[in-house]
Amino acid sequence: MTAPLRFHVPEPASRPGGAPDFSNVVIPEAGSVTRPPVDVDPKEIRDHAFSIIRVLDRDGKAVGPWTPPLDKEALITGLRNMMTLRAFDARMQMAQRQGKTSFYMQHTGEEAVSCAFRVALAPGDMNFPTYRQAGLLVAGGYPLVDMMCQIYSNERDPLKGRQLPVLYSSKANGFFTISGNLATQFIQAVGWAMASAIKGDTRIAAAWVGDGATAESDFHAALVFASTYKAPVVLNVVNNQWAISTFQGIARGGSGTFAARGLGFGIPALRVDGNDYLAVYSVAQWAIERARRNLGPTLVEYVTYRAGAHSTSDDPSAYRPKAESEGWPLGDPLVRLKDHVIAIGAWSVERHVQAETEIMAEVVAAQKEAERFGTLHAGGTPSARDIFEDVYADPPPHLRRQRQQIGV
Amino acid sequence: MIEAIRSAMDVSMGRDEDVVVFGEDVGFFGGVFRCTQGLQQKYGASRCFDAPINELGIVGAAIGMAAYGLRPCVEIQFADYMYPAYDQIVSEAARLRHRSAADFTCPLVIRMPTGGGIFGGETHSQSPEALFTHVAGLKTVVPSNPYDAKGLLIASIECEDPVIFLEPKRLYNGPFDGHHDRPVTPWSKHELGEAPDGHYTVPLGEAAIRREGSGVTVITYGTMVHVALAAAEETGVDAEIIDLRTLVPLDLDAIAASVKKTGRCIVLHEATLTSGFGAELVALVQEACFFHLEAPIVRVAGWDTPYPHAQEWAYFPGPARVGAAMREIMETR
Repeated sequence: MTAPLRFHVPEPASRPGGAPDFSNVVIPEAGSVTRPPVDVDPKEIRDHAFSIIRVLDRDGKAVGPWTPPLDKEALITGLRNMMTLRAFDARMQMAQRQGKTSFYMQHTGEEAVSCAFRVALAPGDMNFPTYRQAGLLVAGGYPLVDMMCQIYSNERDPLKGRQLPVLYSSKANGFFTISGNLATQFIQAVGWAMASAIKGDTRIAAAWVGDGATAESDFHAALVFASTYKAPVVLNVVNNQWAISTFQGIARGGSGTFAARGLGFGIPALRVDGNDYLAVYSVAQWAIERARRNLGPTLVEYVTYRAGAHSTSDDPSAYRPKAESEGWPLGDPLVRLKDHVIAIGAWSVERHVQAETEIMAEVVAAQKEAERFGTLHAGGTPSARDIFEDVYADPPPHLRRQRQQIGV
Repeated sequence: MIEAIRSAMDVSMGRDEDVVVFGEDVGFFGGVFRCTQGLQQKYGASRCFDAPINELGIVGAAIGMAAYGLRPCVEIQFADYMYPAYDQIVSEAARLRHRSAADFTCPLVIRMPTGGGIFGGETHSQSPEALFTHVAGLKTVVPSNPYDAKGLLIASIECEDPVIFLEPKRLYNGPFDGHHDRPVTPWSKHELGEAPDGHYTVPLGEAAIRREGSGVTVITYGTMVHVALAAAEETGVDAEIIDLRTLVPLDLDAIAASVKKTGRCIVLHEATLTSGFGAELVALVQEACFFHLEAPIVRVAGWDTPYPHAQEWAYFPGPARVGAAMREIMETR
């Protein structure tokens, strides 16, 4: 007799009420993964898709071949960028709770990924981000006030009140308009990079997607096109373990890692400790150099953890153990970089406390400035006329008629 | 009409280095309908190339290219194959300009052969124009002859907005009037069958009157323009036949002027009836012309079924059905 078939639904290691269990996250020693030349044959680094590149060890020392050539000033800047993003998140989360906007999404635990990546890019390069890469803007020097005006959809909102909070856009800052539909922009980044190559330009693109949205067809389309045309693009997968309530195993399926998705396409794939600012920067630089030198795409998986809720509409205690975020074995990216700069004598606990105060004051000042131009339900709001602008380059007759109907 | 479409791309690529053309089989081979034949040889593989069989990828990549600053003109091999790209078209191409407050724009043309009459069955015969006209931010174009096809396609490539360019495939080789049992008439005998050399445009948003008449206005586009002309000829009904050419933006002024003159209106398309673009036309006509109407507006369209294979001519709204509708509306007093 043949045994009946059994249907398989993957489950995370632990659920609410259980103890956090990260025994399946195998973490190699810092400094233990080799750093190949950027023109390496992808076949020779297949193992990199299953390991984790790490630089910062438990004592806050930078070790191994991936240690990047960042001076003290650059490290302090990186730390300050992450602190700014965390302070910004705290204030905007609170602003949402106070009813000043409809929605917010924090980065807690993932600050290193976008902050470090941005620093490795050159002017003119283009990111196609998701909603959890605002560090690209913060590290890119985009004004906090403009970000807040977008979140408040106020009269100074650069996007004129049209977009959900945090779905920023800034061409000048290399930040493509974010779509609320997941993964759509992964393939667009590849197209942008193809265009750059067609024109004989030197600019490269960076695509971003979360672990959950790698399951979208757009992700696979992007890998096919990037592989076929050797597009100058860095394909970033931020694996923060959770897609709202769905653990990463539902999107990953039988694949060992998300990085391994690149292997079948002949795309070199690296897996990196996403909570290690130095490792993220170093891997980003490697992948960006490959793209810039016409060597084609690289797939990078950032192993990190979404320490907060998915959004202000989410409560993670309903689907994962409360203590899970404290149990995350790769720690807090901000604390780890702080410990490092203290260990090398570039920083101190006192200076850190002082910096925290300064940064919070800057963020609060920016918030006050932004609120002068209104919040979602109070003060200045964009005009109803703005609904009808930019649907087309020039409003066609039917939109002009509709605009007249609401009397604007 | 194939030569006219090819010439539009050729002229555009020659004038503007930012125009690139790609899609399934369009490179070396020149497309399954030969619309891109010779373009790769003339402009090189970086400006005209084959794409993987991935419509989502073709449109998604083209959106990225357009955002970069190119003017991609991509081919979806059959309109029936566009559904995997629909999210990219609706949620991305159509909205980049609006959601980014014009920080990013999407000057993109998506060409696709549309409609039936070639024994293509349900997956090579559909007319999905209403799925595009319903989406804010898109322009939708359907030419009915070679002269217009070239001028409209050049205008679409030069347009700053994303344009869906639907090519009635049954018109590729001649002005098909629905009489499938008669010999094929070539375009060479048609007054609009020749597309002049060089650059010219037919503006988006302007309808053309193909036959002037005083009895009834027929609002139509694409293949059905020729079917309507044949039906008018055969019934002797003095129909005024409007070829919309562009569905969005729509030339409502031309429509209203004609219906106010004739007092009767037939809306005609090959696409399925329910929620088709004809429903929008009927609504607009009654809003603009209600007090001029002498009879209820009549719709003639494809049946609300999948497009059949063997029963193609029972499905296709040919001159007999259109002619019957013309006679009937003329009898309404």
